[in-house]
Amino acid sequence: MSAESLVAEARSQVDDVDLGPVHAWKRANPGGLAVGTMPIYVPRPLIEAVGALPVAIFGGGDQVDIIRGDSYFQSYICHIPRSTLELALGGRLDCLDAMIFPSICDVIRNLGGMWRLLFPEKLSVYLDLPQTFDLAVGGRFFAHELHRIASLLEAAGARPLNDEALVAAIRVENVRRAALERVDALRRAEPWRAPASEVYLLARLGGLLPAAEHTRWLEDYLTAAQGRAARPVDNVRVVLVGAFCEQPPLGLLRTLEKAGCDIIEDDLQLGLRTIEGPIDLREGEDPVFSLARSWIERGGATASRYIGDDEKGRALVERVRTLGADGVVFAAASFCDPALLDQPMQEAALARAKIPYTTLKFAENTGQFQVVREQAGAFSDAVKLWGIA
Amino acid sequence: MSQNQQAHLRVAKEPSQERQKRMIGDHFDRLASVADGTCDEKVVYTFVPGNLTELIGAFGMLPVLPEINALQSGMRQQSAGYIAEAEKSGHSEDVCTYVKCDLGMLKSGNVGPTGTRLPRPDLLLLSYTGCFTFMKWFELLREEYKCPVVMLHVPYQPDGVVTPAMRKYIVDQLETVVIPAMERIAGKKLDRDALSERLARSAQAEDDLVAVWESARHRPSPIDGYFGGVYYIGPIFSAFRGTEDAVAYYCELRAEVEGRIARGEGPTTPDGRLDDQRHRIVVEGPPNWTSFNEFWRMFSREHAVVVSSTYTRVGGLYDHGFRHDPKNPIETLADYCLGCYTNLGLPTRIDYIEQTIRTYEADGFLINSVKSCNSFSAGQLLILRELEKRTGVPGGFIESDLVDPRYFAKANIDNRLQSYFQMLDARRLRHAA
Repeated sequence: MSAESLVAEARSQVDDVDLGPVHAWKRANPGGLAVGTMPIYVPRPLIEAVGALPVAIFGGGDQVDIIRGDSYFQSYICHIPRSTLELALGGRLDCLDAMIFPSICDVIRNLGGMWRLLFPEKLSVYLDLPQTFDLAVGGRFFAHELHRIASLLEAAGARPLNDEALVAAIRVENVRRAALERVDALRRAEPWRAPASEVYLLARLGGLLPAAEHTRWLEDYLTAAQGRAARPVDNVRVVLVGAFCEQPPLGLLRTLEKAGCDIIEDDLQLGLRTIEGPIDLREGEDPVFSLARSWIERGGATASRYIGDDEKGRALVERVRTLGADGVVFAAASFCDPALLDQPMQEAALARAKIPYTTLKFAENTGQFQVVREQAGAFSDAVKLWGIA
Repeated sequence: MSQNQQAHLRVAKEPSQERQKRMIGDHFDRLASVADGTCDEKVVYTFVPGNLTELIGAFGMLPVLPEINALQSGMRQQSAGYIAEAEKSGHSEDVCTYVKCDLGMLKSGNVGPTGTRLPRPDLLLLSYTGCFTFMKWFELLREEYKCPVVMLHVPYQPDGVVTPAMRKYIVDQLETVVIPAMERIAGKKLDRDALSERLARSAQAEDDLVAVWESARHRPSPIDGYFGGVYYIGPIFSAFRGTEDAVAYYCELRAEVEGRIARGEGPTTPDGRLDDQRHRIVVEGPPNWTSFNEFWRMFSREHAVVVSSTYTRVGGLYDHGFRHDPKNPIETLADYCLGCYTNLGLPTRIDYIEQTIRTYEADGFLINSVKSCNSFSAGQLLILRELEKRTGVPGGFIESDLVDPRYFAKANIDNRLQSYFQMLDARRLRHAA
């Protein structure tokens, strides 16, 4: 299959707000639970280990008209909760047996409370990701949270959690991570072969599939992309930051690319990438604790994770330099508190490091990209001509 | 009697108000003396919900509460300039205006609400309770002050239940991270007996505060539980919980309120005493601070008294029985942090408001949805529907902001409130018929 065909198929599945791939999985796995997960991070192997399918929910994007969802949120609340609610109230998330709301911001947290009231027949779970990064304290608390979630899923009809199944699921997840990293490496090295707009769709598809199936997609795409006829383009290399929850429309990514920006790294599908490297399994260690340890020790810097003793912006500057990026594009969703509060600190770090950046805002259903094109075009020209923005 | 004399009598301050004013003035004077180098007490910046005031006090440190400074700046009409200052330096118009007001104040010389300079923090004590923005706020302040930050992550209560694991997580953080960090800054070990003594005083003040809150069951209510209530919570939610001053303040306040009950008097409002109370209202959400008195008048002019509010529970939900326990000093701090209002899941918040409406026999409830505070605001339209469904009591909904005057549309809010109160009147007439 060609890269173009794979991407087209991935897009049709990602755009399917009726969650066709989830229905297909449930038909193939009678009695299996489908568990929705809101951004950013829920450990997927835990869910797969109890025989359930983790389903990453990113709202309705630009695919749905928001009518009922708007009646639950004031105008100054971001877009993803309203489109997610729109889908649910319209029955499009009925195939989900449970939802998990991780602690990333006040809006997603409160959406979890709304879910309990609006859909009392469905399991709704809040996952408190620790902000204290001492293994004996935060790690232990997080492991307890994960055990609690496994018990709740079991009570809802999932298989009981056992070590063997979890170890196996973590190993499969690590294979997927390695495949995703190879795709990311190709994007960084030859973005004309694996542009961000394609890699994004391939990565996002993984939120709807078991890890093993997603790995096959990634490997097929890698093979096809490496073999495709593609001409190197003299674009600027940028890192895209700030869109870790509500996702921008695909048109925005394509606009940036057309404006001369190769997005060689982004935080769009952060849930699959937030743990740096594989999840370590240690002899004699509770594999649930291994999941917790991976978050504590190797969870990547992002706006909704406390910075601890680290320096704000250090990780971004280091990443830009390591990747040989020319600059950064900040793209935060409107009214996204974590991203927008983080941004001035990140900007200051870039300014100190003399790394060019530009900033824009979006909503998941933004439909006009002319301004973005002009802004990104001016940015890429300035960086190319003078090395500054 | 001249008009001036009448106005003076209308707004004459009670002894407890004078006492609170002195307490605050003295506290800011101490802070100013640290700022100008004449005093070497250590300074801890922290937040209202989940504040560890007794612990800070046991170390002999002085707390600074940035939200309080921001709201005071709002009341003194300084917040617009501070917010503009922060937005000029790159902060988004979309985000919390408390944060921007505080950053703008810092950039403008860090002169506090009483006109004296605030000292730099020796420690940012980040109690992460019920509001995600707090974390970002102190990350931003750390960039400015380059001082240590210590995080206390308080788990959320999605089910309204405190589990042993939650409590242990907080206790472990206090014992292994927070207290050692404070000991390093203070240069001395924690005196646990002194902490317990402070906690005992907290419990005493909390008893009196709850008696004040519950006085609103009377008709007429002797207090306004929202506009007046924010003054009543001042000492206990800020620098004074666990102090002799706070005990004296709440004892005095309680006696004043009991006096009003005995005399059949209502609370003092900006326009005088409100004895004739036509509407008893419960309010969800913080007040607007930039037009605080105008906002209050929109209620008192319509003879509406607020019998209870959720905002006055952000620093502790004492009316559900919680008291600081001097016998279990660390565990009780954990339970306190867990129980703050915005740390409760939406279903628990709704249960609480429903119970409040019934307990205080409210005729209506009103949601003031503030743009700045997603912790409060996200989900409030569902709260409105649920409460109307469960109680049959009509709800009102208005939108404003904490300290950004651009979002206080006076005519719009006034119109809505007038319509709302007229609707309550019509409903009462219908029921009477």
